[in-house]
Amino acid sequence: MSTAIEFNNISKLYRLGLVSTGTLSHDLKRWWTMNIKGEEDPYLKIGSVNDRSKAADSEYVWALKDIDFKVEQGDVVGIIGKNGAGKSTLLKILSKITAPTTGTIKAKGRIGSLLEVGTGFHPEMTGRENIYLNGAILGMTKPEITRKLDEIVDFSGCERYIDTPVKRYSSGMMVRLGFAVAAHLDPEILVVDEVLAVGDAEFQKKAIGKMQDVSRGEGRTVLFVSHNMNAVKNLCKHCVMLKNGMVQSIGDTDSIVGEYLNDEKVVEDFDLSKVNDFRGSGNMRIGKVEIHSEGDVNGFVINDKPAVIRFEILNPSCIHEHIEIAGGIKNKDMINVHYYGSRLKAKLLSTPIKEHFFVEVRFNPLPLTPGDYYLSVELMTTNKELLFYRDRAIQFHVEAGNFYGAGDRWDNGLVLIQQEWSIMG
Amino acid sequence: MSQNNQENWTTVIKPRNKLFEVNLKEIWDYRDLLTLFVKRDIITSYKQTILGPLWWIIQPAMTVIMYMVVFGGIAGIPTDGIPQPLFYLAGTCMWQYFSSCLGATSSTFTGNAGIFGKVYFPRLIMPLEKVISNLVRFGIQLGLFVIVYLFYAIRGIAPSPNWYLLLFPILVVMLAGLALGFGILISSMTTKYRDLTILFGFILQLWMYGTPIVYPLSQVKGKMAAGFDLYTLMHYNPVTPVLETFKYGAMGAGEFIGWGWLAYSFCFMLVLIALGILIFNKVQKNFMDTV
Repeated sequence: MSTAIEFNNISKLYRLGLVSTGTLSHDLKRWWTMNIKGEEDPYLKIGSVNDRSKAADSEYVWALKDIDFKVEQGDVVGIIGKNGAGKSTLLKILSKITAPTTGTIKAKGRIGSLLEVGTGFHPEMTGRENIYLNGAILGMTKPEITRKLDEIVDFSGCERYIDTPVKRYSSGMMVRLGFAVAAHLDPEILVVDEVLAVGDAEFQKKAIGKMQDVSRGEGRTVLFVSHNMNAVKNLCKHCVMLKNGMVQSIGDTDSIVGEYLNDEKVVEDFDLSKVNDFRGSGNMRIGKVEIHSEGDVNGFVINDKPAVIRFEILNPSCIHEHIEIAGGIKNKDMINVHYYGSRLKAKLLSTPIKEHFFVEVRFNPLPLTPGDYYLSVELMTTNKELLFYRDRAIQFHVEAGNFYGAGDRWDNGLVLIQQEWSIMG
Repeated sequence: MSQNNQENWTTVIKPRNKLFEVNLKEIWDYRDLLTLFVKRDIITSYKQTILGPLWWIIQPAMTVIMYMVVFGGIAGIPTDGIPQPLFYLAGTCMWQYFSSCLGATSSTFTGNAGIFGKVYFPRLIMPLEKVISNLVRFGIQLGLFVIVYLFYAIRGIAPSPNWYLLLFPILVVMLAGLALGFGILISSMTTKYRDLTILFGFILQLWMYGTPIVYPLSQVKGKMAAGFDLYTLMHYNPVTPVLETFKYGAMGAGEFIGWGWLAYSFCFMLVLIALGILIFNKVQKNFMDTV
């Protein structure tokens, strides 16, 4: 097999903060050192490592640093990593949306990139007109689109509305149409961002199926970026894990996904001790909040394992009091899927006379469908004096586990409930 | 691995382009996109309006009527013996094509940040598309000019065209080129420094009055302003020779400006486009980081 894409020391420097302030002075300084004094770009040396949890010690940050790997032809490679690890930046460079600061990428064949579905859709134009426009934006020629038109319309399932302006479409139909066009793009190299996270379950299945066909049947090289570990496991043979803008590890999917889920120390640092916009007296308040599966210090919540939330309570004046902690878990549609509270278990938490201490709650398990959730926290005395309340104080992500023991990922509904099936009679 | 070095890489992504790297073949490969964008612009520009493309005629007609009242009536500026509607319409059509091309191309980066941030295609497609789609509008407005011209011709008071009218296609190319070059230059600079957008709107307005549209160039002869000979100064405005040649060719207004000034204007356009592409190329690689 030959190499399809080669990344040679790709790095990308970004400037933090407001781009507009001081750009002129920096530009002038850069121009002065590079063109007049003939030296290297003064700002290249000072960039700091991309670690969003730490305060930056430089105005510049390396979103990517020395990315160096090769992708074999016909391989399907997943690119995984936490938010801010540099995945999107890498995709943007590969899609030629922005140029790297240093390094080169060499590739064999046309690169088709799908960072969004339905790019360039115009609401006033019909579905058919938009297929042509979107196809051409993605790099197809007119005859190519005409040849595939029936297939695209069929795949999208929007045949009835194909001559209706897309502003009359539901958002789901728009996504279907957009994906249908994209799925019929035939570049030698396909770069896909998390576009599969849209649409209903049936359509996601269809989309994943189509991607599998593309890679297996037609021998194309695919780079797939996702947070959805199940999709990555289903599609990819190999994975690259990025961390803080650098390649952490490369290898076969199972081991890298395992590493991503288990070994990376990615404790989300949810520190509420500095926030100002909370309700309540603040005489006693909540500091750090950690949520993770039991025995897992990495900040992952997997829905078939017991989950632990650990609250740090700051009690600067060492009040002795009986307190309650409560709150809600909301999903990304802002639906309260659960209400937790120490009172539900008739538990009075009597505070130690200390400046700070911890309260832990254990859920066994936390049977939520995979996705993003928000946790609100409320700290009060048993006399109902509100000490600290914050809605959607922290965000966390629930990963799919093997809740039902049958190996299937299940995304529908809000909660998972164990069930026993049998035939009677 | 080392034998791979000799293989044919079809795509190479590197930090910076060479100064003048205009990939014409790439633009040609995307010609279908260009035509589809033009089609989109024309289809959608007057969707959900009652009068639709009629606006393309109403706009210049109203402008001309306003000029007739303000400049022809109140200010009493002569029009080289040409009927006022004809004289103003000639200038307005040409200027509107220039200014709408310029306006559209100068917001290439800021106006298309959404689409540019998601997919790559040669960025020059966008300004090119604007220049072409405006051509359709220009054609329709020119039709209006021809109708007005025929109206006067039938009544026997139409000034006669001359051979210089054959320069017309070149004049249109020059207008488009000037607008394109200037537009992409502005567009490239406004991605970082937005102040220029404000400055530019103001300049365009002043520019119109510095171009012989509401008055004939012959009226400026011998006039001085701040120690400068206005007549000569106005010749340096690259749009002036284009407009004057058109008005002279189509209806014998004034006198021919001379091949020298026309050549100057043409060279100005070439330099502007070269400079525009130079800066556009530099900006397009990284503008997503600054928008």
